[in-house]
Formats: sequence, C-alpha cells, structure tokens
Amino acid sequence: MQKNGPLALAFNALVITFMLAPLLVVCIVAFTPHNTLTLPTTEFSLRWFKAVFAHSDFVQSFWNSLWLALASATLATVLAVPAGIAITRYEFAGRGFLNGLFLSPLIIPHLVLGVALLRLFALLGGTGSFGWLVFAHALIVTPYTLRLVVAALVGFDRSAEHAALSLGASQATVFTRITLPMILPGVTGGWLLAFINSFDEVTMSIFVTSPSTVTLPVRMYMYATESIDPLMAAVSALMVALTACAMVILDRVYGLDRVLVGRK
Amino acid sequence: MSLATTLLHKKAAPWWLSGPALVLFTVLLLVPLALTAVLSFNAFDPATGVKAGEFTLEHYTHVFTDSYYHTIFWRTFWIAGLVTLICVLIGAPEAYILSRMGNPWRSILLLVVLAPLLVSVVVRAFGWSMLLGPEGLVNGALQLIGIGPVKMLYTEIAVVIALVHVMLPFMVIPVWTSLQKLDPGVENAALSLQATPFTTLRRIVLPQVLPGILSGSLIVFGLAASSFAIPGLLGGRRLKMVATVVYDEYLHELNWPLGAAIALTLLVANLVVMLSYNRLVEGRYKKALG
Repeated sequence: MQKNGPLALAFNALVITFMLAPLLVVCIVAFTPHNTLTLPTTEFSLRWFKAVFAHSDFVQSFWNSLWLALASATLATVLAVPAGIAITRYEFAGRGFLNGLFLSPLIIPHLVLGVALLRLFALLGGTGSFGWLVFAHALIVTPYTLRLVVAALVGFDRSAEHAALSLGASQATVFTRITLPMILPGVTGGWLLAFINSFDEVTMSIFVTSPSTVTLPVRMYMYATESIDPLMAAVSALMVALTACAMVILDRVYGLDRVLVGRK
Repeated sequence: MSLATTLLHKKAAPWWLSGPALVLFTVLLLVPLALTAVLSFNAFDPATGVKAGEFTLEHYTHVFTDSYYHTIFWRTFWIAGLVTLICVLIGAPEAYILSRMGNPWRSILLLVVLAPLLVSVVVRAFGWSMLLGPEGLVNGALQLIGIGPVKMLYTEIAVVIALVHVMLPFMVIPVWTSLQKLDPGVENAALSLQATPFTTLRRIVLPQVLPGILSGSLIVFGLAASSFAIPGLLGGRRLKMVATVVYDEYLHELNWPLGAAIALTLLVANLVVMLSYNRLVEGRYKKALG
C-alpha cells in the first residue's frame, strides 16, 4: 500500500477539522456562563442546560419527537420485514416496482413529501394529528429499515430453515425461531437508523405538525429563525449527545461502518 | 377458481407480505402526490382560497414567466451545482486518502467524516451560524491574518459552506465503496512500470472511481437543490431558495396551488437535470473506455 504524502495528510486534517468544527463549537458554547453566544474560556456553567429543562416548549417537543420516532421506527420495521421477505425470496411481476416504490422516499425531496402530505391531511381534516404524523414518518424511514432487512436476507443460509421444515415445524415457528433471530441484527440496525432519521427530520415535519405536535427539530428551527442565544446551543448539544448514544448502540448491534458504507 | 383460492395461491404470497407497506405507500405517497399535482392546477382567490372545481395554468405560467422565480430557481441551481463541484473536489480526494491509511486511523477518521450525517441538520446549521457570524471564530481567524470582518452569514457563502458540510458524506460514501473494489495490485503495477504517481492516479484510480463520483454527484445535487433548513437558517429572510419560497407560499401567503406548482417544478427540474447529467457522463464514460 502506498503511503500518504505530507500534503495529503494536511488536506485530511483540514477536512476533519471542517467536519467537526460546527459540532464542537455548539457543544462548547452550550457551557457558556454568559447571556450571549461566546466561547467559554475560564468558567463553565450548566445554566443553559437547566434553562432547557425549564423551557416547557422544548421539553414538550422532545417528548413528541421521542414518541414519534419510537412509533414510526417500529411501524416501519413491522412493514419492512415482510416486504423485505417478499422482495428477496419471491420472483413476481411487480417486484421491481415495489422495490422502487419502497425506496423512493430517499429520492423524492422531503419538501415535496411535506407539501403533498399537508394536502392529504387537510382534505381528511387531520392536519397535525399525532397519528398521521406517525404514518408520515414511517413512510420516510421505511427505506432505511428495508435496506438493512434486505441486506440481511440476501446473505442468508436457508439450510436451517429447510431442516426445521422437514422436521415438521410450522411456517410460523420457522419464522419466529429461525428466520427472525438470524436477521435480527439487520432488523434492529434498521430500527435504530429509522429512529435516528425520524428524530432528526425537519423539512417534511415543518409542514405537517401542529402547535401541539411540533417535533424538536421543528421547534429548534422556528426558535433559531427568531432568536439566537445559548439556549439553542444547549438544546443542540443535547441532540448531539443523544445522537452519539444512538450511534454507539447502533455500532454495538449492527456496526456503524456497515450502516454507513455498507461494508460487511 | 374462486377468489378465496386465488388469494391463498402461492403467487399471492409476496403481495400479502408487502401489502401493508403497499397500502401505506399508496395512501401517503402516491395519492398525496396526485392530489398535489391536481392542486397545482386549481384556481386560487386570495379572498376565498382554493377553488376546487376551477382549473388554470396560471400558477405554472407565473413560475415560468415571473423574473422573481427565475432568480430563485437560477440561484438554487447554481448553488446546488457549486456545492456538488466542491464536494467532488474535497470528497473524492478525502475518500482516496482515507482508503490509503492504516487502521485504526482509517476507521476512526472515516467515521468522523460520515457520522455528522446522523446529527440533525438544524444543529449543524446552527453551528455554522455561530462560526460564520460577524463575531464568529472564522472572522476572528481572518482578522488575525489581517482580513477585515467578512460578511458571510445570510449570504450565499454561508449557505454553500454549510451545504458542503451536510452533503460531503454523500460523496465520500460512493467513492469509498468504489475504492474498496479497486485492486491495489494494479496501482502498484503501474508504479513499478515507471508511471508517475500522478499518471497512476489519473489513468488507473480515477477511471475506476468515476462511477462513484457520478452517483455521489447525483445525490448531492438533488439534495442540495431541495434543501430547506440550511438556506432557511443561514440565508436569512432575503436570500431565498426554492424550498424556502415554497414554505413561504404555504405558511405565510397561504397560496397552496402556487406553492404546489413551485414544488412540482422543482421535482421535475431536479429529475431532468439528474437524468441528463447521468446520460451525459455515462456516454462520455463509455466512449472513454472504448
């Protein structure tokens, strides 16, 4: 293998700094003791974190986002597992269409999805209801779970299934005792990826939430367009911390590099 | 054959399995898109709202003839194009450099480059607004080397920088994937046959990662052209891009049909640009390989 020259390493250092800078600055400024967005140098304070937990709008939005992400990731997983089985194990007319349809939320701009769903919900009279929001989020995170479920099913040795069937196990038993445990890393990895993406989603949600169902990123977006103070930095730092936790779990159950670059 | 036996037939199994997801995607994707397409042709009266029965091409002629929308579409597409170019220029070499590193640095740094993908875009936009503001760290550093405060926040500069930050992982991932398929033996063979490192890079590595760069460019362009939170937070009230204009039409002007027409124009324009770029580059690529 060829070694990188000093120029290449300097370039690499610049890119790494560029990628980390905005996240680091958010996390450091969150500890400022002052009223303005200044980098704390001598003293650090937790006052802005306390302010976040006392700010009822942010707390309410956090719970909205959390329940929404839990519900939509679960729904997306429940839909994606059978759909993944259909796509990988059956040859049928319409298979390509279904695969394309289920992955299409990755390509269609969330802006367009938000506009389209707002129209539907307005006609149905359910704008901003939590139930519809769960379905809307399930739609945009299904592609993530489906991809990992399909990846798990493609590299699957079916001999254990055949053995169980030949020994008289029912289809249901084979699924719950053999298939599901074997694809479980893909399923949980997909669920976590769906959870993170639902929790972070802003562009579509801003169109279809109502004041009582505003999610945390939407609340932060609206807050940041009006005022910028260290409270926003503290909320952002908490978001970064939460994402980091989710990433560690994702890495343990599935492998972060596999999720991000698809390496086995 | 009765209906019941048809439904229980083995051929129906995949449809039963994917049925629930198909229902969700029909009700929440296909139907809403069709409704929005219809809405974009509905007449609109500022006093009474949408007139469901009346159809007009007015909104589309408005979008295509009004210079206000020309400016916004043009700005959106040049910003998306510039972001794509910068992502190619930074992302492709970065993926190459990372792939030549030894572990553990290779895995750790790859993760550092890709992990911001999972952090909310609002958080990243806020981080950049702090860095690029008049008293931010970047202006502080510029003043140290004698360049006066540069206005970056609420200009195209801030939007482009933040979009590059958000899109870079989408370029690094496909380039990295195609680099994994590259046989290092070929590279070494070229070098041992006296090719300069530059020639090796241009003649051996580049042609093989070109498909990765192409698919990365398509993703980056599409996402950048429809980005909402970055121009919304870093472009301010005056610097509008298509997505922020759609948002204004929907939630401030309440002119939904016009907003729908703009959003669908963006969707179609995006698809046209991406498909023709794909054609163009693929054609060249095939020719180059003979």
